Amino acid sequence: MTELASRPRLRVPDRARPGEVIEIRMLIDHPMESGLRVGGGAAPPRNMLSRLSVTMNGAPLFEAELKNGTSPNPYHVIFVRVDRTSDFAFAWTDEAGRSARTTARVTVG
Amino acid sequence: MSVTRRGLLLSLLALPVAAAAEADAVRAAVEEVLRGRAAAEGGIEITAPRVAENGQQVPIALRVPDAEARAIHVIATANPTPGIASFRFHPGIARAEVQTRIRLAESQRVIVLAELADGTLRQAAVEIGVTTGGCLA
Repeated sequence: MTELASRPRLRVPDRARPGEVIEIRMLIDHPMESGLRVGGGAAPPRNMLSRLSVTMNGAPLFEAELKNGTSPNPYHVIFVRVDRTSDFAFAWTDEAGRSARTTARVTVG
Repeated sequence: MSVTRRGLLLSLLALPVAAAAEADAVRAAVEEVLRGRAAAEGGIEITAPRVAENGQQVPIALRVPDAEARAIHVIATANPTPGIASFRFHPGIARAEVQTRIRLAESQRVIVLAELADGTLRQAAVEIGVTTGGCLA
């Protein structure tokens, strides 16, 4: 799977108490191309994000199927309960199958 | 632009047909989630602006306050295509809530469907005004 040239940004707390509900904010650079060209040039091919998936300690946690109504630079916020130190993995995939990945660790205790 | 009487009449005749086709697409998108099941009205908290200045980035928060949800689906009624997003929640998610930003072409009603952990469905809708549409082409 090839790399997606988009920079993901996360806001995740470093530490949490056992059983605490943490807020995870996810943002990725994926600007919207209007398709408009001065002088009637050819529009670029469609390139949209189709999926965001988040895992916690390897197990599925949250998935978003992104359709036409997705905003540019899509932003998502979820609320997660952490009982132990947890590793999160985030992946955004576009319609061409390219993906951007990042990870985060929340230390509990 | 020159408008012929015939052209105008033809376009007027075509209008309701186009609107009906759009409504069919929305109905199909809702039915894809429901699959013949019935959804109870309400029980989903939707936080969205009454009027969004920019249709490209309309903030929306969706929450099922009193039950565990497996999925939340968002459907536009007046975008070129009805699909906005489907969110799926797995164990570890503390509450059935997601905040995001969506793209709306014009002022419209946005339909939200929730699939709860007990297998039942809920449906709610919100009217969002859009000052500048999010679709140029």
